[in-house]
Amino acid sequence: MDFGDSPEEAEFRLRLRRWLVDNNPGLPASSTDDDYWAGMAAWHRSLYDAGFFGLAWPTQIGGHGLSSVFEVIVDEELAAAGAPPRPSLGYLVQGLLEHGGEEIRRRFLPGIVNGRDRWCQGFSEPDAGSDLASLRTRADRDGEDYVISGQKIWTSYSDEAEFCLLLARTDPGVAKHRGISAFAVPMRQAGIEQRPLRMINGVTKEFGEVHFDGARVPAANMIGEPGEGWALAMTVVSHEREPGELGYVARYAKMVNELCRRVRDDPGAYGPEQVSELGWAMVEVEMLRLHVRRRLSDRLGGISHGPEGSVDKLLMTWVEQAVGHAALAVGGIAHAGGDETWLNAYLYSRAQSVMGGTSQIQRNLVARRILGLPVS
Amino acid sequence: MDVRPSPEQRALRDAAAQVVDRIGPTAVAQIGEPERAAKLHAAVTDSGWRELRVATEGGGPLASGVEVAIVAEELGRGAADVSFLGPTLAAELRRLAGVSPSSSVETVALDVRLSSIVRGVDGEWPSAVAIDTQGSTRALVLARDGEGSRVAQVELRGAPSGLDLTRPSEILDPCAPVSLVEGADRALTRDDLTRWTALGLSVSCADLVGTMRGAVELARTYAGQRRQYGAAIGSFQAVQHMLADAFVAMEGSRSVTLHAAWAVDALPAGEALAAAAVAKAYCGRAARSVCETAIQVHGGIGNTWECLAHVYLRRALLSADLLGDPRASLARVLAHHGIGAADGLR
Repeated sequence: MDFGDSPEEAEFRLRLRRWLVDNNPGLPASSTDDDYWAGMAAWHRSLYDAGFFGLAWPTQIGGHGLSSVFEVIVDEELAAAGAPPRPSLGYLVQGLLEHGGEEIRRRFLPGIVNGRDRWCQGFSEPDAGSDLASLRTRADRDGEDYVISGQKIWTSYSDEAEFCLLLARTDPGVAKHRGISAFAVPMRQAGIEQRPLRMINGVTKEFGEVHFDGARVPAANMIGEPGEGWALAMTVVSHEREPGELGYVARYAKMVNELCRRVRDDPGAYGPEQVSELGWAMVEVEMLRLHVRRRLSDRLGGISHGPEGSVDKLLMTWVEQAVGHAALAVGGIAHAGGDETWLNAYLYSRAQSVMGGTSQIQRNLVARRILGLPVS
Repeated sequence: MDVRPSPEQRALRDAAAQVVDRIGPTAVAQIGEPERAAKLHAAVTDSGWRELRVATEGGGPLASGVEVAIVAEELGRGAADVSFLGPTLAAELRRLAGVSPSSSVETVALDVRLSSIVRGVDGEWPSAVAIDTQGSTRALVLARDGEGSRVAQVELRGAPSGLDLTRPSEILDPCAPVSLVEGADRALTRDDLTRWTALGLSVSCADLVGTMRGAVELARTYAGQRRQYGAAIGSFQAVQHMLADAFVAMEGSRSVTLHAAWAVDALPAGEALAAAAVAKAYCGRAARSVCETAIQVHGGIGNTWECLAHVYLRRALLSADLLGDPRASLARVLAHHGIGAADGLR
């Protein structure tokens, strides 16, 4: 058991640290700003071009074939430099690597990894949230294509995306989990209508509804076999729940470091309760950093797509919401107008216990699949 | 970086688990039962686990903080009524002071709030309590004079008490004579004591992780057996979600604890203490809540003396306070980042 860097890891860390001195784009502290997301595409390409993105992914798709623990080094250095987190694409990549054939992987993965193609994820529907398998969007075969009709919701960055990883029902005649297939749907076509949603912190870029009405996708864009959509979705969401895959440690650490600076700069302005909230947020973020080291180390023996992601998701949620409470306590609320950065960071943290599967769904999975408790 | 246990560390864990499962208490009535407790004490003695921090020829410990944590976690899981933490800290104190190891089992004495090792200044001794006294005849303390703090010893009376039914404490006789340990000529440095505290916090955290595992397992088993409304109560989401939260809190605790245990020997003393303080704040808070959940899941039974759940809670309450409760640990974390009392990080 060794939490320290090997010589190779230490060299990499130093190289990244030096690079960040000149290449930190200095985006806002919190992700609750439309400008922040606008800058992320350029940040992705900048990280990729410098050789600091996709470290643990295969070289054939633009990765570096390094061991998984290099990813946490990136998170830690981005956090220390106050740089934005790395783009959260790991779950998409894992889903396509695991379920896509040779052709799908060759066509789509390099563009995802190098940041040329942006993707969104079309899973949730108005009537299929936690009960995802009851989704009703249809994909009907028509010659060499499938024709899509239905509605997706909570689709992040759909208006920026070239492709949508879409789950649609291809066989209504079988049990609900078995009739779903997955597609890479080109987003820039007639038959797709976008309706942005405004989140509680005012952000408009992130959330949206997507309506499909006769949009077409080539049958060759199906990911995996017909009916394999549910298995793919489970792979994707299991990784969507892992902070090691998402790179969120850097995002949380950046916020906590800024809050820390505020208190250090004017210690008399904060009471013991406010400082205590900040202290707990620091402890939580440090826990997650170390937990990610542990979970990425586990991958050295081979990657798994199991229920442990639900443990990670719950931990990550507690961390983000503790950071949110520290943001509220230390950053404060500008009752007379003014800077709402920290209020918005707090408001955004409430989404963490919903997105990627609610905390209640995660608890069900931990209870049943890890603790082995009976299903009622 | 590879945070997975080595094959040797896995073997150590399995060996400790085996001893606990074979000889540890499985019911409240068995705790302190002389014949079984003596067997457990002998098994731990034979294994040499209390000597993991004894000095090698080069002065370093026989084993790292990680090995100590591995044993502590298993003992905590089984609510083992055998001494380990106290004797381990005594061995570490001797090692840091360059004093030869003890030939018999001994422990350490802390101030009555358990926040640090007790220190007598120029022969004036505050009230003190020896921890984890099972099998020990004396406790180590620090005697401070113009030369600095040196390792001293006090005989125990053999009058155990305290809230933890598995690890008795003993209030020191205020009139008991204190003598310097033979060969304790060298004063301990500030770094020595910082590192000693880091080890103590890390072992307490490992014990807390084990205690949480034991409590979750106890409650999980009960929830699978106890039936109401014609179904196992473990099939109800209200119960499942409490147990899931408890399990997740235990996993987060383990991540911070492993790092703290590694840091004891791998990082500079101040960094080791900061890592330990993060772990202690997290684990201390988590453990009380997890053990309370275990009592709740047992319903009325959980509030009876015969249910092991309160044994875990009591053990957790002691470990949580040792060398820095969650609040004091949080102050240490903040101080490490330049916030709060300048003397917060000691």
